[in-house]
Amino acid sequence: MNELLAQFINLLGAGLLMLAFAMISQRRILSLIALFTVQGAVLVLSTVVVGFVTDQPHLYVSAGITFALKVVLIPLMLHRVIARLDIRWDVETLFNIPTTMLIGILVVIVAFNLAMPIAKLSTSLTRGTLGIALACVLLSFLMMITRAKAVPQVIGFLSMENGLFFAATSATYGMPMVVELGIALDVLIGVLILGVFIFQIREQFDSLDIRHLEKLKED
Amino acid sequence: MTVSGFFSQLLEIVFALALAPLLTGWINQWRAWLQNKSAPSVLQPYRLLHKLFNKESVLAEHASPLFRGTPYIVFGCMTLACAIVPTLSTDLPLSPAADAIALVGLFALARVFISLAAMDIGTAFGSLGARREMLIGFLAEPALLIVLFSASLISQSTSLTTIVETLAHRDFAIYPGLAFAGVAFSMVSLAENARVPVDNPATHLELTMIHEALILEYSGRHLALIEWAASLKLFAYSCIGLALFCPWGVAEAGEPLVMLLALPALVVKLAIGGIGLALLETLSAKMRIFRVPEYLAAAFLLAVIGMLVHILLAA
Repeated sequence: MNELLAQFINLLGAGLLMLAFAMISQRRILSLIALFTVQGAVLVLSTVVVGFVTDQPHLYVSAGITFALKVVLIPLMLHRVIARLDIRWDVETLFNIPTTMLIGILVVIVAFNLAMPIAKLSTSLTRGTLGIALACVLLSFLMMITRAKAVPQVIGFLSMENGLFFAATSATYGMPMVVELGIALDVLIGVLILGVFIFQIREQFDSLDIRHLEKLKED
Repeated sequence: MTVSGFFSQLLEIVFALALAPLLTGWINQWRAWLQNKSAPSVLQPYRLLHKLFNKESVLAEHASPLFRGTPYIVFGCMTLACAIVPTLSTDLPLSPAADAIALVGLFALARVFISLAAMDIGTAFGSLGARREMLIGFLAEPALLIVLFSASLISQSTSLTTIVETLAHRDFAIYPGLAFAGVAFSMVSLAENARVPVDNPATHLELTMIHEALILEYSGRHLALIEWAASLKLFAYSCIGLALFCPWGVAEAGEPLVMLLALPALVVKLAIGGIGLALLETLSAKMRIFRVPEYLAAAFLLAVIGMLVHILLAA
């Protein structure tokens, strides 16, 4: 039974990785938010399963916090931001998505190679997920690098946090409660600040393209 | 070759030939229902085949023997493909003849011949269709190969019968790598069978068509063979999908009676798969031809990642 549940956690990890790839290749902001919400839901499910397998009730609490934050609150806030900025139907022009995805696959190989020796030291049932979590984090990094607009970058940041959280729960069976609460609060504050920041960028440059920030003074 | 092996092989080929048009008709019917249209009968493809076989075959003046021979080659390739894929039983005398890689080669052979035949007449539509078909083919094949490799990694063999035997008769286990491979395989089979996100099977005479452009010059019994081969290809792909991702109920060597159970199981699985395909086709829109490389690149990457995940988790 536990063996099967561990495999189920692996499957959820694979799902997270697939969603990270889907986010990289997604052009529309609305679909991006939907994907982020699904990623949050998968994360909640995996946390609950890990909590059940390892018999650690405090993981249920952190699953609850994750659900409230990443499945309900943050997507709602993102929807409000894009509604107020009126960028609901924005389609971002990226450089060549197949190239990005090819780079993504190299990133995955690097992450797996890095995680393999570390995972061998661990005795936990789901040690294989460490590589997947690392790959998710790096892919979100890649997404932040390749995006030109501010909102997708924020989503990339949040999805990176998802990857970290998954690493923490599945590979090490959860961090102490205090740390988890702190991180949850950090993410919430981070999104609030970034929301304000997005509005400021918009005020200053009439655009959300962050390349405008590279100029130090007005010509 | 044992007698029961011979019989199971014969039974498989006969069932593939008989059921393939039914699967096409079933999918068309469900698609019409889902799109709020009055549906054609499930038996419509049979009527079409009957009509075409009774019609005269008109050939262009400049048609070479290649053009005339291609329908038979394509039909032969698809029949052989259906014979190799274990659908009812894994006791198939023909299966050592070709493993998973050779199976992809069979599809490629059919594709090359139909593209050559399309260019043979020299019409604009034929060459256009041939180009597009080759574009899709050369991107879809590596993805399909990698999907088959991920399944081979689990069973340590590229022979399809061995793969099915290992996957169907082990203890139940979840392979996350196969989840990736499943998504990639669905994407590839949509592209290879000219279904909606890549090509619209319902159109005839449109600039965007691929499969129809290839066979525009065919008529009569040639067209009937090609249409039948297209049904067989869809059938073969569905059976590969079932063999890799849902192999339960397939009979093994030495238990001929299980085949009695395997047949209803196969029909139920195909029926559910057909409804799924119709639903997918209704929900998605056809994409621009220049988006297709992106789509197939995504399928390839998913397949590669499935393999990597399998290696990581197996270590």
